[in-house]
Amino acid sequence: MKQGMRLSAAAKREQNWAYIMVAPTIIGLIVLNLWPFIQTLYTSFCEHLGFGHYKFSGLDNYIAMFQSPEFWKATWNTIYFCILTVPLGLILALLVAMLLNAKLKGKGVFRTIFFLPMVCAPAAVTMVWRWIFNADYGILNQVFGAHVNWITDPKVVMISCAIVAIWSNIGYDAVLLLAGLQNISKSYYEAANIDGASKVTQFFQITLPMVSPTLFVVMIMRLMASVKVYDLIYMMVEETNPAITSVQSLMYLFYRSSFIAGDRGYGSAIVIWTVLLIGLVTIIQFVGQKKWVNYDV
Amino acid sequence: MKSSASLERSRQTTKVVTYIVLILGAIVMIFPFVWMILTSSKTVPESMQIPPTFFPAQLILDNFRDAVASLPFLNLYVNTALMVFFRVICAVVFSSMAGYAFAKLNFKGKNILFGIILVQMALPSQIFIIPQYQMVAKMGLANTIFALVFPGIVSAFGTFFLRQTYMGIPTEIGEAAYLDGCNQWQTFYKVMFPLTGTSVAALTIFTAVFAYGDLMWPLVVNSDLKMMTLSSGLATLRGQFTTNFPVLMAGSLLAMLPMVVLYMIFQRQFIEGIASTGGK
Repeated sequence: MKQGMRLSAAAKREQNWAYIMVAPTIIGLIVLNLWPFIQTLYTSFCEHLGFGHYKFSGLDNYIAMFQSPEFWKATWNTIYFCILTVPLGLILALLVAMLLNAKLKGKGVFRTIFFLPMVCAPAAVTMVWRWIFNADYGILNQVFGAHVNWITDPKVVMISCAIVAIWSNIGYDAVLLLAGLQNISKSYYEAANIDGASKVTQFFQITLPMVSPTLFVVMIMRLMASVKVYDLIYMMVEETNPAITSVQSLMYLFYRSSFIAGDRGYGSAIVIWTVLLIGLVTIIQFVGQKKWVNYDV
Repeated sequence: MKSSASLERSRQTTKVVTYIVLILGAIVMIFPFVWMILTSSKTVPESMQIPPTFFPAQLILDNFRDAVASLPFLNLYVNTALMVFFRVICAVVFSSMAGYAFAKLNFKGKNILFGIILVQMALPSQIFIIPQYQMVAKMGLANTIFALVFPGIVSAFGTFFLRQTYMGIPTEIGEAAYLDGCNQWQTFYKVMFPLTGTSVAALTIFTAVFAYGDLMWPLVVNSDLKMMTLSSGLATLRGQFTTNFPVLMAGSLLAMLPMVVLYMIFQRQFIEGIASTGGK
């Protein structure tokens, strides 16, 4: 009896300490995230009267949004950006990871170089790409003697943004994938070599299935980040660029609607839509993974 | 014997091909940076020459002078440094405390509270931006350092990440300290926290790199040029010098230099740290 009392007093003390220790984080999350989330949800059903005052307006924002060609274009642009960047980016990152996984001298130097864009502010790296892509004097057109309007041609501008995105993320994804590759036991490859399996066969029979759980995690992460793309496109294509409708992502449209045009109710509706889109993409991924991700080993 | 010689030869070929591909890749990765540096020392007419010159005719600092004249770089450095510093301190201190409690202590409502953390991590930060901005504006604190730090005062990701770390530390270590007369706080502070150095370093680097690169929040909350960060300041420079690329390159170089220098010094910590936080 006495033992039980003492234990419960200790447990109580433990609980009090726990509350004290989680308090800053939990209070912060409620004030900074949970409450704003509810507010955004609510303001998506409101008209913004200016200076943070709102009037309930039902589904008006959503109706306006679904009737707006600009909105659907932004949704398509976002999906198109994901299609252009995620599969190709992952394939290249896997290639780099496999090359870095070989026994090589100077591996660390290569890793450092490929990872470098990760630590550079997107605003800064995009600036140099604007210069490289410059139609009149950019080095890319000069070298190939072409005259492609990389940043102002509506048909090309998304490809330019995709190139920058892939270039920026390849090193980071490769480092994550490299960790997955290093977990594959060498004995599989030795056995395959004795059996005379070709390198291609080894890749599809050993490497790909064994690295698939890591690949899946990297893909989910990359997809979620790509749906939210904003900074890179914002820096590449300013608002006065006529090609903006061809490249504007949902988050760019959100930024312009909420903070340039000041229509925060409409902006909130866009961000809610984006969250639903992220949820949908994630569900599709988790259902689809059963077909190709291998958790047996 | 012959087959082993041919095997050796094919191994050599593989190695050479690997090197060639890696070197080509490295050139593609490094070229934009080299081009940035070279352009930053060219005059405007030089940068627009057809055909282009690779190296600048001479090393000039005029472009850096122009960049500094049109953008208060000193303020931007200080603002960015303070924002990163406070965000890192907050993330490390609060996330360590909460992460330890979630990993090692029993308390009522633990699962629900941890649920809030998981939900926050799943939502894009833009969903919070409008209300966060309105809070800052209402407090009259727009255009301050506080405004820059504000969304980063707590870190759901940091809490999650450090909870994983504390879960990996054997509970017996804490229990031993507890039996020696430490209370829960002392156990955490004196015994457990010092064991999480690698993870705290990783969280520090991760928080710093992402705060440094963040663009939308600083643009929204601090419109006064003197209160901007390097990233948002650079975005305004883009509007000022639309075709003067040498100045834009000089400005970009100045903006990314501090983080690149840190990266060069702490390469391994940066790469392994950010990789260990991978997934966010």
